Amino acid sequence: MNILVCISNVPDTTSKITFTSDHTSLNTSGIQFIVNPYDEIALSKAIGLAEGGNGTVTVINIGETGTEATIRKALATGADQAVRVNAVPRDAWFVAHQIANYAKDKGFDLILTGRESIDYNGAQVAAFVGELLGIPSISTAKKIDIDGNAATVEREIEGGKEVLSVPLPLVAGTAEGVAEPRIPNMRGIMSARTKPLDVIEPVEVPVLSKVVRYETPEPRGAVTWVDAGEVEKLVDLLHNKAKVI
Amino acid sequence: MSVLVYTENNNGSFKKSVYEVVSYAKALADSLNTSLTAISIGNVDQPALASLGNYGASRVLDVSNDQLKQFINQAYASVIAEAANYVGADLIVISNSFSGKGLAPRVAAKLQAGLADGAVELPQIDGDKITVKKTAFSGKAFALTELTSAKKVIALNPNAFELRETGGNAEIEPFHPTIPNNDFATAIQDIVRTTDKVTLPDAEIVVSAGRGLKGPENWGMIEELADALGAATACSKPVSDAGWRPHSEHVGQTGITVSPNLYIAIGISGAIQHLAGVSASKTIVVINKDPEAPFFKVADYGIVGDAFEVVPKLTAAIKAYKG
Repeated sequence: MNILVCISNVPDTTSKITFTSDHTSLNTSGIQFIVNPYDEIALSKAIGLAEGGNGTVTVINIGETGTEATIRKALATGADQAVRVNAVPRDAWFVAHQIANYAKDKGFDLILTGRESIDYNGAQVAAFVGELLGIPSISTAKKIDIDGNAATVEREIEGGKEVLSVPLPLVAGTAEGVAEPRIPNMRGIMSARTKPLDVIEPVEVPVLSKVVRYETPEPRGAVTWVDAGEVEKLVDLLHNKAKVI
Repeated sequence: MSVLVYTENNNGSFKKSVYEVVSYAKALADSLNTSLTAISIGNVDQPALASLGNYGASRVLDVSNDQLKQFINQAYASVIAEAANYVGADLIVISNSFSGKGLAPRVAAKLQAGLADGAVELPQIDGDKITVKKTAFSGKAFALTELTSAKKVIALNPNAFELRETGGNAEIEPFHPTIPNNDFATAIQDIVRTTDKVTLPDAEIVVSAGRGLKGPENWGMIEELADALGAATACSKPVSDAGWRPHSEHVGQTGITVSPNLYIAIGISGAIQHLAGVSASKTIVVINKDPEAPFFKVADYGIVGDAFEVVPKLTAAIKAYKG
């Protein structure tokens, strides 16, 4: 199997998010960047499928030179090769075009993304890539089994799941449950240094949207304490003051 | 410009979140001095379709077609794009549900439309420019996203907009789209409902518990409180990682982001990743035996106490209040 895994370089989950003084971009000082956690699931699934000479795993990232540490981590985890599209990942539409443009003539059987990135939370890339390549896309996949030229995929729905059969090639956005995250071992880390990492230039993509300003949520007022022995008071507050029950 | 709203059905009926998205789209249509058309795909009965009029749709395109009985995102995207062209809609509104996330990007790509997903309120409208406030950084921030394209798609978060009844009537019109065969490559084998209760992403009330509960065998009292409130149950990441509860209940930065009217957190310390997933909740109640738990810093109401004592009492008090 020939698998492409799309990885995004995102702030570590413990990061406190602040913005530059003009509120137009993330304040990256002191922030550690990691492979997007959902993309790690995608990567782990791909490595598992390709294991034992069953195929190759290529990772693609859209980013400037600063993202190479993240890409090397993916190679250390077990991907065979990597491609970096040398551009700022402006938005999901831009990123999806770069992925689709790279993938269109490579004959990938499976293209995996995380179900969303934990920074911009678009959950858009998988479906955009599917549409741009004219192939099926499943967003929020919980389980993926490959059998020959088709996949059985479980998709999350409100209050349950849907079981789908889909022919390959296919794009899927992976959620928890698809695979246990793999951690690079020492051999992986050593070999990652010599695995191929190609850098290609981006294709032009029309701008359809832009972020004009970031805001952080308003701080909440001080907590109102209720004594553990007076839960009736809480019920009263929720009904009469907060008006939520 | 006119507005088109996609009304997702659940086994032939509409959930509250559909009426939210119709109310939102109607408010948008009003500010743009235009009318609202709804599109329903799958077999929905006439009274349900007519009910969309009461929330502001003046016209409903009804696609009742056996091939489209079940949701296939590729095919549904083709139908919605064709409907947008048919009614001359420049603005398309979709629910940011699990299905909506698989659908909205494909619709936007077909129409070369800018997409703002996770909208939390009505956009600012300035001539042709529409600026949408949407969640970003998993609830840690908002991004004001300007859609600069001629056609635009907005996906609205659940519980982000109130229901607005207009008392209007909708004209229901059968719609017969032409769909490429290629769109039906995906086939649904099975739909498994793990709960017939309230579902987490669009729940108005969520009862969530963490490691403070000590083990999965203690979830009975959480479910009883949730039942008393008509709430969905949720959990923190350590709980789903330990397999005490399913991943689908994990709320937080790498799980589900929720925006209920009331979030009750029991035995959850409040790690930054968990707080990100609940910051859009209107009211937060925290029950924890540790008065220093970080969750209290973002709580509206706090009870310091042992969950095993407080929760059953609270359930009894809720039942007494509801009579």
